[in-house]
Amino acid sequence: MIAILDYGSGNLRSAERAFATAGKDVIVTSDRAVALEAEGLVVPGVGAFAACMNGLNAVDGAAIVRERLAKERPTLGICIGMQIMFTQGTEHADGAPHAGIGVWDGTVSQLDAPILPHMGWNTVEAAPTSTLFEGVEGESFYFVHSYAAKKAVGTTQAWSTHGEKFLAAVEDGYISATQFHPEKSGVAGLALIKNWVGSL
Amino acid sequence: MTLSVRIIPCLDVTDGRVVKGVNFTDLVDAGDPVEMAALYNLEGADELTFLDISASVAGRETTLDVVRRTAEQVFIPLTVGGGIRSVDDVNRLLRAGADKVSINTSAIARPELIAEIADRFGSQVLVLSVDARRARTESGFEVTTHGGRQSADMDALAWVEQACALGVGEILLNSMDADGTRAGYDIGMITAVRAVSKVPLIASGGAGSLEDFSAALDAGADALLAASVFHFGIHRIGDVKSYLGKHNYPVRQMAPH
Repeated sequence: MIAILDYGSGNLRSAERAFATAGKDVIVTSDRAVALEAEGLVVPGVGAFAACMNGLNAVDGAAIVRERLAKERPTLGICIGMQIMFTQGTEHADGAPHAGIGVWDGTVSQLDAPILPHMGWNTVEAAPTSTLFEGVEGESFYFVHSYAAKKAVGTTQAWSTHGEKFLAAVEDGYISATQFHPEKSGVAGLALIKNWVGSL
Repeated sequence: MTLSVRIIPCLDVTDGRVVKGVNFTDLVDAGDPVEMAALYNLEGADELTFLDISASVAGRETTLDVVRRTAEQVFIPLTVGGGIRSVDDVNRLLRAGADKVSINTSAIARPELIAEIADRFGSQVLVLSVDARRARTESGFEVTTHGGRQSADMDALAWVEQACALGVGEILLNSMDADGTRAGYDIGMITAVRAVSKVPLIASGGAGSLEDFSAALDAGADALLAASVFHFGIHRIGDVKSYLGKHNYPVRQMAPH
């Protein structure tokens, strides 16, 4: 069973349906025990970094992610759900950093690009050893974000460019994350989801 | 690694059906929205936009159902506009399966709505739809309401600048002069709006020939929205993408399936 962590507003319906296409039961939940025990946990994310962390903390999300990691249970972060895995984000009116979960050491900062958000389909440069991108290395994925991590973390990285190079995806043992939305990336996104579900 | 230009078919939906007219009048039935969304997805649409033009509460409920059924089978971004007046309206649409909402008249009436939605859900969910036409305002472009029938007494560029400062994540610029005419996008208007905004810009209104699409990109559009040329089969989405690709514009190529 795959659990999608519900910790605020936004479109979770697409994620629910997209992960269901990989052939597993999917539940959208904010229940701590369900999120902890699920075979795979998806941490989506909408809105700003700080608002997202507040929502996550309200359902004890950071502790859930850490505990799953300690118990070697797979977790996948999507979009802001990837960004909050880092130590800190600078998405604030005053530019002051806000603490993330801190699974990965690094700062999420604004992209240096003339047009923001980075909105639309972009290609990625994935490591040949990637599990997530197997069979979809050359495809485009759908991004919507203005901030990103720019330094390598984890064991396997995928990169993309908008104004500057940034981390499009990370695979690191039991925790993976994508800056783009696989659940909104058409056939290629569904294939990536299937790759992740297949690795559980 | 380059961001592709987006080709976005727009479905005007009323009471559960897609309709299309010229300059927002003379509406004719163009099909079932869920079926058309699925078809456009297969043809390579990069996003879909539903514009709810229902006049009734029952019509709006029908649209929520259309959004739900579309989100169940189409895994590309979906924007929904029409009749959104509050944060609660936005929440309902996002929960039904929309990724973005576009607001127009309600933001003109109460600009703070932009900040309210952006604070709650983030700027990335919010598209400002601007129905503009040429007029004797400071910039030469004015904002209209009621599908272009009434002047809002606002300069279009000043409105775009104000809305960007309040937190919109994207601008959908619809030329009321060009809408439905298939005589080309209003290039001057796209150029002018591009110059005052740093968020993605979707050009809308007037798409006819394949050259019209590339001209809008040259003027600074990031995405191209069209309705009648797609609904009535004048161009397939694949034709537009092939044309743009051949002329070295970055387009998303579809995975074989």
